[in-house]
Amino acid sequence: MSAKLKRMKSHTRVNLLTYLGVTVLFVVMFYLQSAGMLKRSMAGMLIPICCYMSMAVSLNLTVGILGELSLGHAGFMSVGAFSGIIAASCLQTAIPAAGLRLVIAMVVGALFATITGFVVGTPVLRLRGDYLAIVTLAFGEIIKELINCLIVGTDEKGLHMIFNVSGAKTVEDLHLKDGGVAIIKGAQGAVGTQTIATFFAGYVLVMITLLIVLNLKHSRAGRAIMALRDNRIATESIGINVTKYKLMAFVTSAALAGAAGALYGLNFSSLQATKFNFNTSILILVFVVLGGLGNVWGSLVAAAALTILPEALREFSDYRMLVYAIVLILVMLATNNPKLKVFFSRFGKKSEKEGN
Amino acid sequence: MEFLSYLISGISLGSVYAIIALGYTMVYGIAKMLNFAHGDVIMIGGYVSFCAMFYLGLPPVVATLLAVLACTALGIIIERLAYKPLRSAPSLAVLITAIGVSYFLQNSALLIWKAAAKVYPPVIDGSAQLFDGQLKIPYISILTVFACLIIMAALSLFVSKTKMGKAMRACSEDKGAAQLMGINVDATISITFAIGSALAAIAGVLMCSAYPSLMPTTGSMPGIKAFTAAVFGGIGSIPGAFLGGLLLGIIESMAKAYISTNLANSIVFAVLIVVLLVKPAGLLGKYVPEKV
Repeated sequence: MSAKLKRMKSHTRVNLLTYLGVTVLFVVMFYLQSAGMLKRSMAGMLIPICCYMSMAVSLNLTVGILGELSLGHAGFMSVGAFSGIIAASCLQTAIPAAGLRLVIAMVVGALFATITGFVVGTPVLRLRGDYLAIVTLAFGEIIKELINCLIVGTDEKGLHMIFNVSGAKTVEDLHLKDGGVAIIKGAQGAVGTQTIATFFAGYVLVMITLLIVLNLKHSRAGRAIMALRDNRIATESIGINVTKYKLMAFVTSAALAGAAGALYGLNFSSLQATKFNFNTSILILVFVVLGGLGNVWGSLVAAAALTILPEALREFSDYRMLVYAIVLILVMLATNNPKLKVFFSRFGKKSEKEGN
Repeated sequence: MEFLSYLISGISLGSVYAIIALGYTMVYGIAKMLNFAHGDVIMIGGYVSFCAMFYLGLPPVVATLLAVLACTALGIIIERLAYKPLRSAPSLAVLITAIGVSYFLQNSALLIWKAAAKVYPPVIDGSAQLFDGQLKIPYISILTVFACLIIMAALSLFVSKTKMGKAMRACSEDKGAAQLMGINVDATISITFAIGSALAAIAGVLMCSAYPSLMPTTGSMPGIKAFTAAVFGGIGSIPGAFLGGLLLGIIESMAKAYISTNLANSIVFAVLIVVLLVKPAGLLGKYVPEKV
């Protein structure tokens, strides 16, 4: 077994260990949860952590592997969340099985996020560097405001939807029949959503995200994407279609974010569009950068650790976000300190030699 | 008449954006970093001047000076402690550090001044009445526009005429070559941060006088908008930041008045996207072709 492990390519080994690690962690947490050994606050964080892990891995595809800074990832999550909520609410009577409804909602979320990713990506990816970053930020804010204006309800005649541009319209304007339900109430967001998200679905989501991202990274397309990151002009000159591969990475990342968003949305009984603002995009970017650009298992660890950290710091109450900020700055300073880097690289080389 | 009053409020709002954007664009031009903590320096400036006026009873001019001093010091300290060690680090690391600094400032303000909004006492009250009182222009708008024009003129002169300004231009062009010519790059970057933060303090006072509610998160949205304005006009260019800020303010004000209050920000951002797609380096930005 160990000989077989050694003969594998090193990245295959790391990938297998990542899948294994996630599975082991899931089994342990699942056992702890069903045995009632988790604190309530911790148990409530399991599904959001899965969503954030998936978000972080998918953003890593754009930022780490494609090398383009995106500041609007929460926008795709938002599209996925609200389209997922609408799908789940509409099918409430048609499909009684919650599990199947959840799967359909996540697929719908991913689908709508894919479309949005395509619409956003086509113009955005023509820009470069900080300009691209600001435009993704702009799209994120636009998506937030548009969803904030949405009023959606359903009754026996089907789905009703109005767009609250003036700010004066309410659910009454949908003219729902008796027995109709309002799903999204404009700025109030989605209220009264059935929370059908499960921890198992979160695990499956993380595994699917890992499968897609890791396989893409080590495929022919993935190598083209990474070549684009390292030198766009050289890549273009050997006949690689820049737009195609950039869009491929960007849209895949958006689709995964949409699925994660749908799961996230169905985990809370009420959800506002303002939840997915600039700060959420930044939060996920922090996971990616702290975990290491292009490093998939790093994103997983960072997403889990940084979601738990503010919760674990709860005893400091008012000071916890301050501590979080200081930790963030110190980690960035420490990981980029030339002296520490030399120290670590010496350490890294030694262990490599021992391995050989 | 209605149109004129919306236009004036747009110009006034745009002038505030322009002052903030000038700080953004100078820092970006030289340090090549997106300083996300810039918006929170505005908020600190607002709080310092608020305390000086409200608790110490100082006149507005002295309070503004105090805010400028405090923010300048804050800007230099932030640069020394958080950004200077990362001079050679990848730009994303600097970006995350800037976000860390932003969180730090917001949460410090939350601890010191609490979350409840403070009602900011305006620097000057009242408004000028034109056309038999049909058109009211608040004095604060006039002050903001003049402050913005003076700052912009002074900055342009400073950058083009003085030795320090020359050093700044040299650093933004090529840091290594500037250093070889005997320019103290570290000092130049520090001074740029000092100027940017001082401008943020002035913007804080003016903005809070016009929109008198002060919270720890007051600075973040204007910060993002000013960043947008700087990119809109061509980041790194001083007249560009001025033009971008002004246009952004007017578009926002008009969108609020005639299209939709809910979608005003979306319209601003949509215009930005269109402009960047047509002119990828912003309105007045220099397009630098890539060399192979």
